[in-house]
Amino acid sequence: MHALFYVAAVVAILATMRVITCLNAVHALLYLIVSLLSVAIVFYTLGAPFIAALEVIVYAGAIMVLFIFVVMMLNLGAKAVDTERTWLKPSMWIGPCILAAILIAEVAYLLSRGTSAAHSGIIVGPKQVGMSLFGTYLMGVELASMLLLGALVAAYHLSARKREKLEIRNVTDTDRTGTAAGGDLVRAGSGGPTRAA
Amino acid sequence: MFALGLAGLLVRRNLIFMLMSIEVMLNAAGLAFVAAGSRWTQPDGQVMFIFVLATAAAEVSVGLALLLQLYHQYKSLDADAASQMRG
Repeated sequence: MHALFYVAAVVAILATMRVITCLNAVHALLYLIVSLLSVAIVFYTLGAPFIAALEVIVYAGAIMVLFIFVVMMLNLGAKAVDTERTWLKPSMWIGPCILAAILIAEVAYLLSRGTSAAHSGIIVGPKQVGMSLFGTYLMGVELASMLLLGALVAAYHLSARKREKLEIRNVTDTDRTGTAAGGDLVRAGSGGPTRAA
Repeated sequence: MFALGLAGLLVRRNLIFMLMSIEVMLNAAGLAFVAAGSRWTQPDGQVMFIFVLATAAAEVSVGLALLLQLYHQYKSLDADAASQMRG
């Protein structure tokens, strides 16, 4: 059980080193996902299965999806197809695949062994965590919810600001053309009586 | 791992890599919390990790929105391009 912990820790450190030395953002993201999964296995061997599941779901699920969306949005262009073709070469994905295969072997070994995964033999289960979280740390939960709400509003405001400005400019443009056209009408109307006279 | 994240933050000047390094640092801090909590068999460490997780999610959403704005403004992801910003 100690060996599993150390292998997962070594995989985590290797993947993290590749994250900060990779030149391409998508490759760094692949290694970052591998690093997060190995940290999840480290949590599992430390006797925190609830936190391991949370790490996989929130970090490797939600936050990585955010990163990948932004990277893909920034990469839009005519040469995107060419760069994608170069990314599909085997030298690009063979490294994360090897590290992920090590992690899969560890998970298979853990599943085949059955229960009692913690190497210290003590598991702090989700029930204790929940009791503590909603008992003594209730104020912290409320503060975290406020923080997430603030982040939601801030992210929406930051991403919607540009469109808002464009809309305002469009409105002022149409106003200016409207007044100009009205001026023409007024001139035409004012020119009418003079011609009639 | 925290040291690796800090080194990545200092070395890289690409904004996406800086955000990823911040993720690594938060993750390392959470790992330290969980390890300490399992050492003394207290659930407090895992509670703290949940808070770290919420903070990381909020930080990443705001950071990526800022990054998109900067990219639309400067057409590059260089952090030094934003240092000439003037209010």
